[in-house]
Order: sequence, then C-alpha cells, then structure tokens
Amino acid sequence: MESLEGILSGHAFFHDLPPRYLELVVGCASNVRFDGGDFLFRTGTEANHFFLIRHGRAALEIAAPGRPPLILETLGEGEVIGWSWLIPPYRWMFDARALEQTRAVALDGKCLRGKCEADHDLGYELFTRIAHVMERRLMAARLQLLDVYGTRP
Amino acid sequence: MTSVAATTVPSSPMAPRPCRVRRLTRETHDTFTLEIDPGDQARGFAPGQFNMLYVFGVGEVPISVSGDPAERRQLVHTTREVGVVTRAMAGLRRGASIGVRGPYGRPWPLESALGRDIVVVAGGIGLAPLRSALYEIVARRRDFGNVVLLYGARSPEDILFRRDLDRWQASAGVVVSITVDHAIGAWPGHVGVVPTLIERAPFDAANAVALICGPELMMRFTADALRQRGVATERIFVSLERNMKCAIGFCGHCQFGPSFVCKDGPVFAYDRVERLMELREI
Repeated sequence: MESLEGILSGHAFFHDLPPRYLELVVGCASNVRFDGGDFLFRTGTEANHFFLIRHGRAALEIAAPGRPPLILETLGEGEVIGWSWLIPPYRWMFDARALEQTRAVALDGKCLRGKCEADHDLGYELFTRIAHVMERRLMAARLQLLDVYGTRP
Repeated sequence: MTSVAATTVPSSPMAPRPCRVRRLTRETHDTFTLEIDPGDQARGFAPGQFNMLYVFGVGEVPISVSGDPAERRQLVHTTREVGVVTRAMAGLRRGASIGVRGPYGRPWPLESALGRDIVVVAGGIGLAPLRSALYEIVARRRDFGNVVLLYGARSPEDILFRRDLDRWQASAGVVVSITVDHAIGAWPGHVGVVPTLIERAPFDAANAVALICGPELMMRFTADALRQRGVATERIFVSLERNMKCAIGFCGHCQFGPSFVCKDGPVFAYDRVERLMELREI
C-alpha cells in the first residue's frame, strides 16, 4: 500500500515540495473516499479541510430555491478542492459533491494553519501553491463569465 | 439575315453557382446543417476551407465546410442563425436554390502534423470547421500519434454532432473530452471552460500540433494553456473569422494587419496573428 508521503509527493499540487515540508504536511493528511452523491463539504459549514483528488470527480455547486443545483465547475484527478480553510471566517461558500466514487487526500486546515504559523517558509510555500490554483480558477471563471459562446462572442 | 455566333460568357469569380438544397437538419436550438447538392460542379475542398453561400434576394455569407472531404458529391455546412442571411438560410427546404462560390482559403495544415500528436480544441460552433479535419484525421488515423479532441460548449443543450463525438471516442481512436460552461443538476460531464482540459489531456506537448477554432477570446486562452503545457507557438493554428465579402482578396473587408483572412486564412499559424488578436483596433 502506497504511503501518504508517496501519494502526496506524486500529486501535482505538491510536486517538488522539499522533503522537510512534505514531512510536516503528511502529519495533517488522511486518505478519504466518497461515493457518488456524497458531499465533500457543504455551504456554510466550517472549512476545516481541503482535498487533493486522486481518482474520480467532484462538482462544485451552489443551490438556489426551486431549481436544481447550478454546477460551477467539475474537478478531477490531480486537482485541488477548497481554499476556504485558509481565509477567515473559514466557512465553505459552495457545496462540493462527488459525481462518482472519488478518492482523495484530505488535509486538515487547522493543523496546516498551525504549522504555517510556526514555520513561515512552509506558509509561503503553501500559499504560493494555493495562489497558483486560485489564479487559474479566477481566469477560468472570468472566461466563463464572458459567455463567449453567446450571440455576442 | 445576320447570324450571331454563340458566345461563352466567362465565369466571374464573384458569380455563384446555382445549387440545390438536399437537406436541412437542426443541430441545436440555434444551429443547423445544410446539405447541398453541388450537381456536376463538385469541386471538393480541404478541411478548414469555406464557401460563400448566397441566399438569393437576401445576401451572401462565408460558411466553413463541416462535411467529409472524401464525399465530393455533397457540400455540408453547419452554421448558427445570427443574422439576416443565416436566418433566411435556416428556412430553406429540400430543392430550394442556393448560390455557392468556393471553396476558398487556406486549410488546416494536416500534412505538418504527420507522425505527431494532434490536439483539436473547439469552442461552440467552432467544431464545424474542425469536423472536416477530424473526418480526414480519422480516415488517416495511422498517420498520426495521439489524437485528442477537447470541445467546449455553452451548455449540454448546445453540444453539436453528438453522434460523431460518440463514434470518434468509441471506435476511431480519438480521445474526446467535452466540457460545458454552464450546467445544472443532471449533467454528468465536465463543467468549466475548455482551456482547463488542456493540462491533463493525453498528448506529448513537445511533439504536438494544435488546431483551434472558436470565439477569439477562447482561442487566446486556449493557446496560452497549450504553451504553458509546452506546445510550441509555431505549431498552434487558429481559424479566424472576419467580415469576408469577396473571398478572393480584392475588397479588403477582411483585412487583418498585413493579411486578408479570406485569402491568407482563415487558418493561420498563431505566431503570425497573436499580437494582432490582442489589439483593440487594427
């Protein structure tokens, strides 16, 4: 069975993370599995984790009364879900629902925040990686907003 | 009595050939495919080229060929109802007369992709001119490495050519990934913009040729994502759309910097047009 250290170092998000940091991160990690339809997290609840998807897919959704949930994006193998654990008040803004059986590594946000506070170099390393994910999601969201396939591309 | 010798009127490059509509098929709520019988004037085409289609009494518009280049006895065009001419075109029925000029323009450079992986990235109606290329790629499948089609649509209801997509994925050796910008509950596929599919698509960036067609903003984001993945700019090709009128480089309506889109395009190497695509006015 593959160790958590091996899984984390093989995931795109932690690619080339120095071993001393990897050791610190592993202490906050656990393997999790969701069946299709299970929620990874739900809007308004405390954001204590984020997830590195290993297999499967999950949808980031928002619910509105009287209509089916609106899917904002789907995320799959090699991707990261969740950054609300980093930013007060540490509450999820959206739902994340597994679309099929999904295996992931859950990283405990409280645990990581504590380690980042104690070691700012680790904090910088993690924030840089999360910022990169946020930048790509923001670009994608902006393109989505432009509705380029509409009648006024 | 004076006899008048029969004369032959020279054909003008601006004169459309009268053809007959064979069939019109609705693809989505605002797109349709027109099959035209070219009669005895079939000229063939290369994937990526376009024809000027004339709805008599209404007007003429450039439409890319979306059919199979191996089928010379039929001209197939897919377009969206967005203006006076395409709305009139959508009302044509079997046997109706339609004028055709063409084919025109530079095609997709499939010969430069021999032996390489091909990444086809389509956005919305941009799948139409790429469908012709895919027909040819599939017919010559062994000439290429991995073939990947990444297709982005506005919503699940806007997905074009579902039968082709299924067939290419199931039995033609093409990896097909479809994503939509917006979806509600029941859609089981990807949601997100098409450039986000590039990072994990199965192709060797160092040995890949990319063909992109869609709205220009989508093509710019896509080209950036391809380069981040490692595809060389000179191996990225885009198909541009401009206000083409004469289609033979005379009128200047489609001038794009030093080029005419009708004659020098519509397919361009991205390194040739990238800077121009970023300008507000040229």
